[in-house]
Formats: sequence, C-alpha cells, structure tokens
Amino acid sequence: MSETTHTTTHDNHDANQPKIYAAVLGALLILTFITVGASKIQFGSGMINVVIALTIATIKASLVALFFMHLIHDKAMNSIILVSSFTFLAVFIGFCYTDASTRDDLKPLGLKVKAPAVAGAPGATPAAPPAPAEGHHN
Amino acid sequence: MSDTAAVVHEEHSHEHHDSSLQHHFATYEQQMDAGKIGMWLFLATEILLFGGLFVGFALMQSKYPEAFVQAHHHLDKNLGFLNTVVLLVSSFTMVMAVHCAKTEQRKKVLVYLLITLACAAIFLCVKYFEYEHKIHEGLLPGKFYTHVGDTVPHQFVFFSFYFMMTGLHGLHIVGGMAAITWIFFRAKKGDFNHQYYTPIDLVGLYWHLVDLIWIYLFPLLYLIS
Repeated sequence: MSETTHTTTHDNHDANQPKIYAAVLGALLILTFITVGASKIQFGSGMINVVIALTIATIKASLVALFFMHLIHDKAMNSIILVSSFTFLAVFIGFCYTDASTRDDLKPLGLKVKAPAVAGAPGATPAAPPAPAEGHHN
Repeated sequence: MSDTAAVVHEEHSHEHHDSSLQHHFATYEQQMDAGKIGMWLFLATEILLFGGLFVGFALMQSKYPEAFVQAHHHLDKNLGFLNTVVLLVSSFTMVMAVHCAKTEQRKKVLVYLLITLACAAIFLCVKYFEYEHKIHEGLLPGKFYTHVGDTVPHQFVFFSFYFMMTGLHGLHIVGGMAAITWIFFRAKKGDFNHQYYTPIDLVGLYWHLVDLIWIYLFPLLYLIS
C-alpha cells in the first residue's frame, strides 16, 4: 500500500472518531439509567437482580474497553492481556466461591466427635447421623 | 523492510521530533506499541488488585445477605448515580483529548484535559460529602463502627468493604489527576504531535480503567437488593 492512501484512510477514520465516542458516551449513560431502573424492580430472587446489574456493567465495561481504550482497532495482544486478567479473576472468584459455599458440608474428623455432645437442641445436627461411626477413626 | 524506509523518512522530515523517539525503537509505532503493552500489563495487575476486594465482597455478601442489604440503604443512590455520570463524561473528555492530540488540535487537548480534571474533582467532592455523612453516623469499617439502632448485625462488614473499595478507587482518581496534570503541562509545552502522543494515550488508558472499575462498584455497592 502506498503512503498516500494510507494517510487518507487514516484521516477519514480519525474524522469519524468523535462521533463514535459521543455515541458510546450516550449508550453508557442510557445503560446507567437502565441499571438504576432495573435495581428498583424486584425480579424474583435477589440473585437475578445481581445478574442483571452485572450483565449491564459488563456491557458498559466492554464499550469502554473497545472504544475508549481503542481495543477494537488495537493490536490483539492488548485485548489478550485484558481478557486473560478477567479470566484469572473469574478463576479466583470461582474457586473461592465454591470453597466458601461448600465449606459447611466438610466436617473435619476431629469435630464430629464433639458434635453429639452439642446436639442437645432438636434438629441441630440432622445431617450428622451417618457420620459418627467414622468419627472414631483414629 | 519498509521499516527502514520509514525511519529514513522520519529522520528527514521530523528532525525536531527526534528526541521523543527513544533510540532503541525503530519507529514511533513500535515505541507506542511497546508503551501500550506495558500499560496494559499494569492495568491487568490493577484488575487483580481490585479483584481481591471484589472476591471478598462476594463472599461476605453471600454470608451476610440481610446485613448487606440493610447497610446499603445508608448509601445515597443519587450521589452514586451522579458520580457514575461524572466519571463516564470524564472518560469521554479524556478520549477526546487523546483524539485531539493525535490530530494536533492542541488548544482542544488542553480544554478536554481540564474538563477531565474538573470531573475528577467533582467526583472527589461528592465522595467527600458521602464519607463525611458516614463518618458522622458512625458507619465505619470494623471496630470503628459505632452506628446505633441496627436491626441486623454484621453491617460493619459492608462498610469495611465500602471504605476499602471506594477508598482505593478514590486514591486511583487522585493518582489519575496527578497524571492528567502532568500531561496537561507537557501538552502545553507542545511535546505532542500526530506521531508522538503516547503519554496522553497511556494516561487515557489508565483513566478509563478507573472508570471501568467504578462501573462495577456502583451497582454492587449502591444497588444491592
């Protein structure tokens, strides 16, 4: 490609940029209104509201990254860095969350011995019955 | 092979710009790409830094859901919304400053950078009033929590995260303002042109990341249900 064609296409591209940026800002503001509006409506469980809020936030974040941070025209390497950081963040959140949410089901052997002593309250240890025999393992 | 031709071309027609092209880079494009990758790597570490707080927030919210819902009623949604709009506008003016630097509209660069700085200042002012209100009511992190009349316990956990997340974000705003001030004076000196505007572009990237983090903070902290 010759240098002249390169510069003219580049100039056209540059001339359109402010309009695109303004449109992106408009979209971001509209999405912010939608986020606030959606938060006032109760969709079934609270979990659905969180999912809706985070989905809209992710759309907004993508707009910012693609247009304001120029990723849409940029070298792929920069996008790879951003996406991989979010991937590792997802791994981080995913493993911590599964750990924390399944922790109550993990009954360390040492604690099971004490469980019957505390179990004066009715229904306090409904999940325990199958286990006690193994409690004296050591 | 066209790289060498480009270098020769640049050396002849832009002698006065040579100081902005570091000697270890063949072209301005290569210099800019290297700078951008460095900035993106830094931004990745920033995402992981805030990520730790987001993970903690998610875990604690699932542990004390009622406390988090109760606690978030102490936040002013309107102020949070205002700050979101202010930051989005500042991101727009920042990207316009980058665009004007690239197209050599030097006066406009300065104007857009000043508007960005003003937006950042408005954001911090609003945050100051929000913090002042919470400090006044004793809605503080951990053992400093002295708010009375709570119906749900453990609300201090929410405010620990609220102050750490918005506080760290606020520090990033202050850092961004310092960086924008720096490029404002460099732009005023006439350091930038269509080939060399890397510092404005990189500060812009940082500023957009700060905006991007707020995009997640706002619904998580202010709009829980």
